[in-house]
Amino acid sequence: MTDMDWIESALTSARPQAIGALLRYFRDLDAAEEGFQEACLRALKAWPQNGPPRDAAAWLIMVGRNVAIDRVRRERKQEALPEESAISDLGDAESELADRLDSKHYRDDILRLLFICCHPDLPATQQIALALRIVSGLTVKQIARAFLMSDGAIEQRITRAKARVAEASVPFETPGAVERSERLAAVAAMIYLIFNEGYSANRAEAGARAPLCEEAIRLTRLLLRLFPTEPEIMGLAALLLLQNARAPARFAADGSIVLLEEQNRALWDRQMIAEGLALIDKAVRHRRRGPYQIQAAIAAMHARAAKPEDTDWSHIELLYAALEQLQPSPVVTLNRAVAVSKVRGPAAALDVIEPLAARLSGYFYFFGVKGGLLMQLGRNEEARVAFDRAIALAGTAAEAAHIRMHLDRLMKPAPPLPVARAAQ
Amino acid sequence: MLYAILCYHDEDVTCSWSKEQDAAVMAKLAVVQENLARQGRLGPVARLLPTTAATTLRKDRDPPLVIDGPFAETKEQLLGFYLVDCDDLEGALAVARDLGAANPGGSYEIRPVGVFRPGSVNP
Repeated sequence: MTDMDWIESALTSARPQAIGALLRYFRDLDAAEEGFQEACLRALKAWPQNGPPRDAAAWLIMVGRNVAIDRVRRERKQEALPEESAISDLGDAESELADRLDSKHYRDDILRLLFICCHPDLPATQQIALALRIVSGLTVKQIARAFLMSDGAIEQRITRAKARVAEASVPFETPGAVERSERLAAVAAMIYLIFNEGYSANRAEAGARAPLCEEAIRLTRLLLRLFPTEPEIMGLAALLLLQNARAPARFAADGSIVLLEEQNRALWDRQMIAEGLALIDKAVRHRRRGPYQIQAAIAAMHARAAKPEDTDWSHIELLYAALEQLQPSPVVTLNRAVAVSKVRGPAAALDVIEPLAARLSGYFYFFGVKGGLLMQLGRNEEARVAFDRAIALAGTAAEAAHIRMHLDRLMKPAPPLPVARAAQ
Repeated sequence: MLYAILCYHDEDVTCSWSKEQDAAVMAKLAVVQENLARQGRLGPVARLLPTTAATTLRKDRDPPLVIDGPFAETKEQLLGFYLVDCDDLEGALAVARDLGAANPGGSYEIRPVGVFRPGSVNP
């Protein structure tokens, strides 16, 4: 890495803390961003000469704050007759600011900054764009590339989000315990959205979107360092790591989706899996179950199986049942049905999904699963109807192509039975 | 004499490296390590997972207390270590400088090893 690379990663890593603190001083997102930008420009000049400061974030906060105060002073001076009271007010404000430069605030600063981005008034797409711009510091161009949208559209999305945030009342007081945990949950949900935005892609888009997954993991690690004893944040980190570990195996050379069971597990990222499993182990000790932990535990069951046939499906069924209890949803039930089909066969699984038909009548995945189960039962004509319906509902070309693959298999003669492995 | 070179760095910074930057640093470090290995001077090398994966057992009470996270809250975290055979401190510093040139930022603590057992683990 060159010096400039090093400085850039130092600026990126200091960004949430620095902007969070500047936001607390200025109570204005634009002012905080401008102060940080100016501080970064000065850092790029000063650091290569003087060497990087020991605490990059503190340096940036101090400089960003002074720059903004200087600007206010200059503007005041340009007024014809500066009022004495205004000047002394400024002096007071400055000493107060210095007092507030205190490390114990940092945790709430960063949380507040993230929390502002997931304001309930903002649609999810705006939340993500705002967080990537403000907290992660991605450029509009980078965000546009990840969303496969034009720069102008993203710019507009961010501007709108900022306008809404400015209108809304931003919580600047130090949060109480309940408030803090509510903020944490909202922020976790937003980070998961960022990850999914990067993950639910076809191969052509996967390369451009992958940075969203990496950014979501970076933000989760950051959150976990701020709140090291929160099992759900451990669960979220584990879930993202275990899912992302499979990314290198998700697409075939021709770009088609490779199902979990057919993936080449040698391509899975072992280091991410190790980290994910370590986090689940830690989370479990707290004995406070939550949806992220359960989903991570399910992902872990797959990660732990060296071969697909080693997968502990009955444990996965139990985990989905637990998730169903915490967060009842037909989609979770549908996932449980997949596990049921592995444990007790396709007929039992069909019984599980039958009651979901009305609620999932517009859901691509429902008909994909249903078709698969019918196919296993040899009810090919009904399977074909379900697959046709799935194709009609598919959201992406890759999804449709995947179902078409199943249809093709229906047309073909039955594949040869697997050769029994010799007993050793 | 065996020296431990303990690697400290701001985890926020190393976690902000892109995959390419990370791979580039690792490739440069590998060159230094291969050199040492050829001379028969390189012992075990470990890169640790982020401190968010760490757990601490406080055994100054009974029963010991399990705490999430690393033992010490510091600006720079222990991220890995090398064991290297060197004639003296100057030799160990020379190795640390070579490693540092490949991986700027952070600090190396150079610590002579008292007892060393190679162990039996072979993951």
